[in-house]
Amino acid sequence: MNVAFFFEVLIGGLLAGVMYSLVALGFVLIYKASGVFNFAQGAMVFFAALTFISLVERGLNFWLALVVTLAVMVVLGIAIEKVVLRPLVNQPPITLFMATIGLTFVLEGLSQLVWGSQPHGLELGIQDVPMEWLSQSTGINISQFDIFAAGVAGLLVAVLALFFQYTRIGRALRAVADDHQAALSVGIPLKHIWAIVWSVAGFVALVAGLMWGARNGVQYALTFIALKALPVLILGGFESVLGAIVGGLIIGASEKLAEVYIGPMVGGGIESWFAYVVALLFLLVRPQGLFGEKIIDRV
Amino acid sequence: MKRTTLMLAVGTLAAAGFTGQAWAQVKEQFVPASFYWVGPYAPGGSGIAGGMLDYFKMLNTRDGGINGVKLTWEKCETEYNNARGVECYERLKKKGPTGATLIHPLSTGITYSLIEKGTTDKIPIVSVGYGRTDAADGRVFPYIFPIITTYWSQNTAKIKFMGQKMGGMDKLKGAKIVNLYHGSAYGKETIPVLDAQAKQYGFQVTHIEVSHPGNEQQAQWLQIRQIKPDWVILRGWGVMNPTALKAAQRAGYPREKIIGVWWSGAEEDVIPAGDAAKGYIAAGFNVSGSNYPVVQDIQKHVYAKGQGEMEDKSRVGSIYYNRGVVFGMITTEAVRKAQERYGKGQPMTGEQVRWGLENLNMDEAYLKNLGATGFMQPLKMSCADHEGGGQVKFQQWDGKQWKVISDWISSDQKLVRPMIEASAAQYAKEKGITPRDCSKEK
Repeated sequence: MNVAFFFEVLIGGLLAGVMYSLVALGFVLIYKASGVFNFAQGAMVFFAALTFISLVERGLNFWLALVVTLAVMVVLGIAIEKVVLRPLVNQPPITLFMATIGLTFVLEGLSQLVWGSQPHGLELGIQDVPMEWLSQSTGINISQFDIFAAGVAGLLVAVLALFFQYTRIGRALRAVADDHQAALSVGIPLKHIWAIVWSVAGFVALVAGLMWGARNGVQYALTFIALKALPVLILGGFESVLGAIVGGLIIGASEKLAEVYIGPMVGGGIESWFAYVVALLFLLVRPQGLFGEKIIDRV
Repeated sequence: MKRTTLMLAVGTLAAAGFTGQAWAQVKEQFVPASFYWVGPYAPGGSGIAGGMLDYFKMLNTRDGGINGVKLTWEKCETEYNNARGVECYERLKKKGPTGATLIHPLSTGITYSLIEKGTTDKIPIVSVGYGRTDAADGRVFPYIFPIITTYWSQNTAKIKFMGQKMGGMDKLKGAKIVNLYHGSAYGKETIPVLDAQAKQYGFQVTHIEVSHPGNEQQAQWLQIRQIKPDWVILRGWGVMNPTALKAAQRAGYPREKIIGVWWSGAEEDVIPAGDAAKGYIAAGFNVSGSNYPVVQDIQKHVYAKGQGEMEDKSRVGSIYYNRGVVFGMITTEAVRKAQERYGKGQPMTGEQVRWGLENLNMDEAYLKNLGATGFMQPLKMSCADHEGGGQVKFQQWDGKQWKVISDWISSDQKLVRPMIEASAAQYAKEKGITPRDCSKEK
């Protein structure tokens, strides 16, 4: 076995996993705060990235477009809370889940209606090319864009951790996540918290959309990256930010290694479902995921 | 009460009789516009639909239709989904005074789903540049038309192009070629012909699958880097194409050595990849550009009046748009041909249009008359040959536009046609079909 190649696959897989984690984070935030599995997270990534690039192409400055898109995502978060979630308070989780499925199709349709269905290129100023010094010294190709994306993901996790741990809103979010009724009884306004968390998830969707859009172009297929986040969530746990990161790393590395070393023996094209094999195996051993909260029901 | 009911019944019958009579006199040719304007493959679907419908509008405005028969259509969104495609077909097949003229499913999967339905309903299923390759044998597949160049033919032209670039077909011996394909019926369609050509020329071919939709290809390109191939054939669709070009850049593989199928060779496939697409080569059965008389007529008779299908007018003249114009020309010229035999100025049935398609001969003079010299290749169809063309042009992306870098390159019919006939014969055997005797067809 070529050891350098093995490490290239492994490192590449870990970095790809970070990209999955970026999407998984959005799911985790909403699940933590409301217990809702937001099926629409992929559509939010697409909507955010498409809005951003469409504004840039219409002449807006990069940073201004970023701010405007962020504002759009905040408005979207508030609108979702008012129109979709608030009328469904106290409904079973499956009802809320179904509502987010509906939301997915609305967002996908709305995005294409407003901005069209054409794909767009997105440049963030970081070339997606191998780092030459590393390539020359070790023979391993690692893209500088992947390193940049990993840095962005790390920064995002740090900001979210600080936000949750040290701000008043963050503490309120954690209280709501622990127990809706108890949080309400001490005066935490549930509807405001939900609007905030959906807005933060919108921000995460924008960051994920920019990273994935810069890598593959901004197009409808961005909605499919949610499917890449699902095994990450199963493995890492639905309520854990750390789980989203660790889960992403494990899924990314294992699917790439499987595709390269097992794929050729079985005809290839296995990485998309192999990630779910890994996640299901973890599920058998630890149903709540690596970092999920263990649920104990007393009867 | 009874009197009122009787009058109503008489009135209804009279109205029905009048409608039926009027319907029979309506000089309209109905064509289903069963495409996709939303979803992951919308850039291709919307561009082709736009080109075809704009061409119909132009003919209606400029010429009053086909010998006075106006073209009509109804849109149906398939989302590139087989079930939706069949639903659209069923919904639209009986519309218009003579039913559907023909249908362009714009999906290899939907084409497969419609093979038996179209044959039973006598409605031609026209798959221009895609679809089931062995359906080119019209003796077994009387209503299926994989017109222009099948995937198998296209692949042989690609290998010929590679041979030319390497300095001769003998130079292919010992060469390594990777076939990077979309994990679908469309993606797998060319594996047999590539394997046959590998034996013929002595090159080594490795087939690497990319799972749908193809937005993650790091592992595949790491394998390609290990193999160090002389060429990579990119058989992608949608997001798989720009992702492949970006991943090739990350793996340090030269884009000049990647040859795409024509569903990987539009502006929409390269623009999202940015600089990573520079130098990439793709096959084509039509070219881009708006300086062709046929496109200029569309601009003059349709867009100047604000009636164009494309919201983004810059897409007029793009690869997909012009491909739609080719779809439009083939459709309308088949109707025109059918009218020559079955009645000039009359709407044609699907069965009559099938005859029109089988007797279509669009040579250089014909194309010039349509304002499409160099826009597409000449076509000569027959009862046995539902392909009719079999040539390919190659184009290279320079970062801003596609530049044609070859003449029309012929496919290797000596290899392809026997494979088509053998595969079609096998299908006929499985389905209990007795192939038509084309010498008895008039």
